[in-house]
Amino acid sequence: MKKKIGLIVNPVAGMGGRVGLKGSDGKEIHKMALALGAVPVAPKRTCESLDLLSGHQEKIELLTYPGEMGQDEAVLCGFSPIVIGSIRKGKTTPADTIQAARDLEKAGVDLLVFTGGDGTARNIHDAVSDRLTVIGIPGGVKIHSGVFAANPVKAARLILDFVSSPAKIAMQTAEVMDIDEEMVRQDKVSAKLYGYMQIPYERGLTQSSKAGSNPGDKLFQDEIASDVIHNMQPDVMYLVSAGTTTKTVMDMLELKGTLLGIDAVKNEQLISADLNEAAILELLDREPHAPVRIITTIIGRQGYIFGRGNQQLSPAVIRRVGKNNIILIATINKILSLNGEPFLVDTGDPELDRELQGYIRVTTGFGKQLVYKVSA
Amino acid sequence: MQGIKLRKYHAPKYDEPLIMEMSVKGRRGIMIPRVDKEIDSTVGALENLIPQKAQRKTAPALPEIDQYHTLMHFLRLSQMTLGMETGIDIGEGTCTMKYSPKVNEALVRSPHMSEIHPLQPEETLQGILEIAFELRNYLKAISGMDEFSFQTGGGAHATYINACITRKYFQERGELGTRNEVITTQFTHPCNAATPSTAGFKVIILPHNDGYPDLDALKATVSERTAAIHMTNPEDTGLYNPRVDEFTKAVHDAGGLCFYDQANANGIMGVARAREAGFDACHFNLHKTFSSPHGCEGPASGAYGCTERLAPYLPVPVVTKVSDAYHLDNNRPKSIGKVRSFLGNLQAVLRAYAWIRSMGPRGIKTAAEISVLNNQYLEHLLSQIDGIDYPYAEGKPRFEQIRYSMQKLKDKTGFGSHEIQNRMVDFGIQSYWLSHHPFVVPEPFTPEPCETYSKEDIEYWATAIEQACQEAQETPEVIESAPHAQAIHQIKDFNQAEDADRWAITWRAYKKKFKK
Repeated sequence: MKKKIGLIVNPVAGMGGRVGLKGSDGKEIHKMALALGAVPVAPKRTCESLDLLSGHQEKIELLTYPGEMGQDEAVLCGFSPIVIGSIRKGKTTPADTIQAARDLEKAGVDLLVFTGGDGTARNIHDAVSDRLTVIGIPGGVKIHSGVFAANPVKAARLILDFVSSPAKIAMQTAEVMDIDEEMVRQDKVSAKLYGYMQIPYERGLTQSSKAGSNPGDKLFQDEIASDVIHNMQPDVMYLVSAGTTTKTVMDMLELKGTLLGIDAVKNEQLISADLNEAAILELLDREPHAPVRIITTIIGRQGYIFGRGNQQLSPAVIRRVGKNNIILIATINKILSLNGEPFLVDTGDPELDRELQGYIRVTTGFGKQLVYKVSA
Repeated sequence: MQGIKLRKYHAPKYDEPLIMEMSVKGRRGIMIPRVDKEIDSTVGALENLIPQKAQRKTAPALPEIDQYHTLMHFLRLSQMTLGMETGIDIGEGTCTMKYSPKVNEALVRSPHMSEIHPLQPEETLQGILEIAFELRNYLKAISGMDEFSFQTGGGAHATYINACITRKYFQERGELGTRNEVITTQFTHPCNAATPSTAGFKVIILPHNDGYPDLDALKATVSERTAAIHMTNPEDTGLYNPRVDEFTKAVHDAGGLCFYDQANANGIMGVARAREAGFDACHFNLHKTFSSPHGCEGPASGAYGCTERLAPYLPVPVVTKVSDAYHLDNNRPKSIGKVRSFLGNLQAVLRAYAWIRSMGPRGIKTAAEISVLNNQYLEHLLSQIDGIDYPYAEGKPRFEQIRYSMQKLKDKTGFGSHEIQNRMVDFGIQSYWLSHHPFVVPEPFTPEPCETYSKEDIEYWATAIEQACQEAQETPEVIESAPHAQAIHQIKDFNQAEDADRWAITWRAYKKKFKK
């Protein structure tokens, strides 16, 4: 039986990069990119993937949006896609990406493939949240989100396995992140975590430790959460950071935590949810000598511990808690996907970043830790 | 590789039913003669010999089948299977698939061995106890340890014994409350993480730094909480860690114990010893390094050795010699106790003894050297194949095996180590094993051409890999649908092995889950 694959191309993604604009979000920047002689990147990237899939059309029913949002690339690569929706040619906006994702979800696609960067991933997330399985073909300037394949060829291989050998595929949640382009142009990095989407990944990297119908990351997350809870001590304040792995801790404690915020837990009770820096410091100041721990995970495809998506854990908070009171948790899949690259810290305080460098223990299962390098 | 011709081959295929499905009510293999009247009147009725509670009310659900068809069934299954003696078994890295001389099988099957019983009084077991005691002496010389036990049934069992001894050792010293961490490395066999965990320790895994375990990470990890390190050397990568003495020193300085998993000893036996590297304990897989048929072909034995300091904790019984008599010493108050019934797998002990006696010290060292030489020749051949490399510790020598990667082939063709593995068996040889989990090396495979294999065998094996990699690029349809010459084709659903609802290891489970 054919699998329904949805395709969305953000035609302007990646244009700002080659001309040094650090992104292509926003109309003015897009115009500036065009004026600087930028050429579209996304169509070429999309075709690199589709070319590898064109020999397998008996397994794929391709659904896409008109013109430069997917139809052009699909036809160019020999597909006869089902085209839905409408656009104003040459004048597409994020609203079109959002509408396309909604329409493709309604059309019942099994997998939504999109080409773009972090901005595009955000639009897709806005439209379908974590309801659809998606995979990004990297075509944008900014790729901080974990929802992208490493390159168009790897994206094609994943899509192919998804349609023809589903047994080789497992599911994983991955971050949707974005950096404020305006801030980057002023040489300030301000990354925000917007949410999570389901992506397929090739199993074989790891074996699930227990039997179950879903051999994805969930089992490992449960094991990690059990370890964290098992080692929780009375009267210690735990600041639970953003992420699906940390959220598993909250779920297991049956507490209403936030996926993207910082929550405070003490004696297995929720003290306060979604705290900003000031609120955290205020909470800690109430009992200046009380023990406190940070429970956090690595965020984004580059493996940040601090400084991306969890800026509420500011230098002042981290110093107050202390380097030795950081409980770092992550699934082994996530760590291996860094290909041996170190974890990163970018707290905004170079002195603190230096102190955090070296080796850190990361909990990967019940009673199981990996020692890993941290760089600034 | 020129001049090597891959042989034509096709496995027999019988579409054989399960033996339970072949059962016909009333059919018998043998008719058991009636009990002699005299015995019957002396011993009495059978029912009176078996306790009431242990007596079955209904007959067991065994297949009812005659001898001829039973034999045919199992011979057919064996023909549909590749074994180490029907094909070149270079691919099963870390398993050390060396040839086990047939003369040793004759020893194991001789009545002197096969008709002894573990409950015989020890004065009537002097022969086999002498063999065990002498093997202990040989392994002491090979490892530098002071005492050995042959109680365990395999390598992972031996690492578990070490975890238990570590636990008891620190318990006696009153330190177990604090010393609750065991350290291991990413490329050490995962049983070294699993067994301390089972014994109640927290497990800390050290990362690798370009293929070698990271010494700085160890130094940052050891503390008053360190109970022990469990490590392999060479690791699964085939890389020998030349700074191993600094590892044991760092752990000893922190007050911990050092255990050497010597499952990968084939390249260093007779060359380097656990003692000089600073270890307190080690184990050998008698079935691998010291030649016993293994991998479902025979019972295993993880010979566990330790220094004087840990010897009091060894499992019982320990074979000792007083004057000229051999004893089974069960009176060891500090022992962790019994870990297996009776005396362990003495068949493996006898084979290892016979193998060591036939090789002698020089022969053992030569075998190690040839296993390394064979591996380096295979590396020379494989490194010329497009798509294969080992992306770490470039230029550093490998010992008896190598964990290679087919990631480059995968990037180029979409076919990785799983797909090439399926094709290898079409050439009449065993395919290869990939890697322990997790797959730190992407698209891995781990061959180990131990001293058994000839230059021609190694060339044949490398040619099969080369042919498959070439097909991946030129005739992808051949790889995609491989194997073509095997009795069984591709595994369609990897998830089944991990899904408890679909496991069926027994007939009862099969009926319950699939014949509803």
